[in-house]
Amino acid sequence: MRTDRPLTDLRPGATAVVASLTADPGLRQRLEALGLRPGQPVQMLRRGWWSGPLHVRVGMTELMMRRRDAACVALAA
Amino acid sequence: MNTIALLGMPNTGKSTLFNQLTGSHAQIGNWPGLTVDLMQAQLRIEGQTLQLVDLPGIYDLRGHSEDEAVVRRFLEATPVNLVLVVLNASQLDRQLRLALQVQQLQLPAVVVLNMADEARRFGVSIDSEALSRQLGLPVVLMSAKYGRGLAAVQQAVRQRLLTSSSNDLRLEPAPVPVPVQQLEARLAAREAELEPAQAALLEAAVQLPAQWRDRWTRRLDAVLLHPLLGLPLFFAAMALIFQLIYAIGVPIQEGLGALLDAIGKQLIQPLLTPLPTFLQGFLLEGLWQGLGTVAAFLPVIALFFLAMGVVEDSGYLSRAAYLMDAFMERLGLDGRSFVLSLMGFGCNVPAILGTRVMRDRGLRLLSMLVIPFSLCSARLNVFLFMAAAFFPARQGALVIFGLYLMSFVAAVLTALVFKGRFPSSEPLVLELPPYRLPTLPQVLSRAWAEVKHFWFWSRRFIIFGVVAVWLLNNLPLGVEPASSLSLSGRLGTLLAPVLDPIGINPNLTVALLFGFIAKEIVLGGLAVIYGQADPVALGQAIAADVSWPQAVSFMLFTLLYTPCLSTVAVIRSESKQLGFTALSVGWSLLLAWLTSLVFFQGVRLLG
Repeated sequence: MRTDRPLTDLRPGATAVVASLTADPGLRQRLEALGLRPGQPVQMLRRGWWSGPLHVRVGMTELMMRRRDAACVALAA
Repeated sequence: MNTIALLGMPNTGKSTLFNQLTGSHAQIGNWPGLTVDLMQAQLRIEGQTLQLVDLPGIYDLRGHSEDEAVVRRFLEATPVNLVLVVLNASQLDRQLRLALQVQQLQLPAVVVLNMADEARRFGVSIDSEALSRQLGLPVVLMSAKYGRGLAAVQQAVRQRLLTSSSNDLRLEPAPVPVPVQQLEARLAAREAELEPAQAALLEAAVQLPAQWRDRWTRRLDAVLLHPLLGLPLFFAAMALIFQLIYAIGVPIQEGLGALLDAIGKQLIQPLLTPLPTFLQGFLLEGLWQGLGTVAAFLPVIALFFLAMGVVEDSGYLSRAAYLMDAFMERLGLDGRSFVLSLMGFGCNVPAILGTRVMRDRGLRLLSMLVIPFSLCSARLNVFLFMAAAFFPARQGALVIFGLYLMSFVAAVLTALVFKGRFPSSEPLVLELPPYRLPTLPQVLSRAWAEVKHFWFWSRRFIIFGVVAVWLLNNLPLGVEPASSLSLSGRLGTLLAPVLDPIGINPNLTVALLFGFIAKEIVLGGLAVIYGQADPVALGQAIAADVSWPQAVSFMLFTLLYTPCLSTVAVIRSESKQLGFTALSVGWSLLLAWLTSLVFFQGVRLLG
């Protein structure tokens, strides 16, 4: 089995399942409240230019998040 | 008094429901132990008077944001008879958690699933009876935006207030409510249950679509969030909106101003004739004219908030945060700071209050430092007048555009200078809601609330300000108003060494001094100083006294220095730091002076 990769690696249009969150408690809570929980599929919609934010969909919610924060979300291989 | 609290996540239409339930006769209330104001309104149900409180939108009762702490403190300090938990029906897959937390605290509650129309459109089907059974709380589906299901919500509230929380059919009086005890400990102890409980509820009562159905949002985003087209489209849309606001707002403002002036002359003046001349002047030229200036100004503010309300409710404003974030990140800010600065173009005060969504202190302070450079509508008022008095129409438009550009440059410069002093590492994760068509009542009621808020914040300073201008111009008793012998004339002379190099003469100095209180007073102040109430005559009088470089220098200074006392007051109360407030005022004065100096001396050198 391959090791987990971060959400930042997901290509636009691709979908993967959240494996774990390595964020600090505050961010973790916010991510979970927004639906980014282990076991949930997440889809990359687009990536902003100039290292801009990511646009992702999880469940019925669409989110923008900075790459630094998305790096805390590990995807199942 | 009995209290009902509205609780819900951001973006669930909570405030819309609040307005629907109360008919938007809301007021700002102070609550014990809270540092922020909450909207509240009285409600009559079954002959009982209750107060409905709109709590800030939160994601999690255990969350770390200031809003979340506010909600906790509220629940721990205030006995509530009922909590109305508002959830976005199309996002139950993650929002049911909040209802479960309320249930864990054993608060008497009714769950409102709002945006039922959207949920249906996206293919989410909800069995509200099954949900209610499983949750042990009444569940009502509604669409607050269109007013659908409102009666059912009111009915559920009524029933819930009459019966105890037990499910038996005897009508017992509800137990006397008590504040929540040990809120955090109780939630922490049962945190692990949330996830399985939510999954079970979804399994039992909610069917989610296999595929995302909102094709419109997908298509619009492909264009509006396009890497190349996105930003130009956004700025074009904003420019169009601002044009529209002037095109409609300025004539209304002028008409209203003329009307109020006529009322003063025709109705109030005859009433005042028995009074001594000094008092007459004070009441009419000081108080009435001052109030008139502010009142005439309200239509532009209202239009601005109306337009921004449409942009916000449509979902485009969150896209602006997405588009601008990469740039803002390099300034030590984020996409939200950009959106707040944009709101600041209407009025800085609500924009600064809006920084409450930021948890990181550095980010919040830096945003508060930047927002006052947004060219608010009060300043615009001064610029439109000055530009019309000094330049032909086309050049005038260019001057206004230049001032907007300057406002942007000042904000960027400020961020770059201070980002090292206010470092931040706040994560940025925001919801991008689907595009929505705003409804007229919703947008109107929001704009109305903003205007009321503006009036609340500005009136005391402005009334104080206009009265002070009048007094300074007319004291000591018997002097020629606003002459060099009056108090204001002496102040102007006193400050001449500082303001002479930037082309601000004693007359303009007095106007700037009062502009510190509020920019709305600047024009009224100039009218008193130059003794001309009629705008055209006033423009001519100023143009005869001042050269165009002086006028532009005056505009630049007006743009950059402290917007108004209300803004200073709100920076003070939000930052809770006198030093920071002083920095904000000091920096803006320095930047204003230097910019005006460079401009004025530059023009002189060139020719």
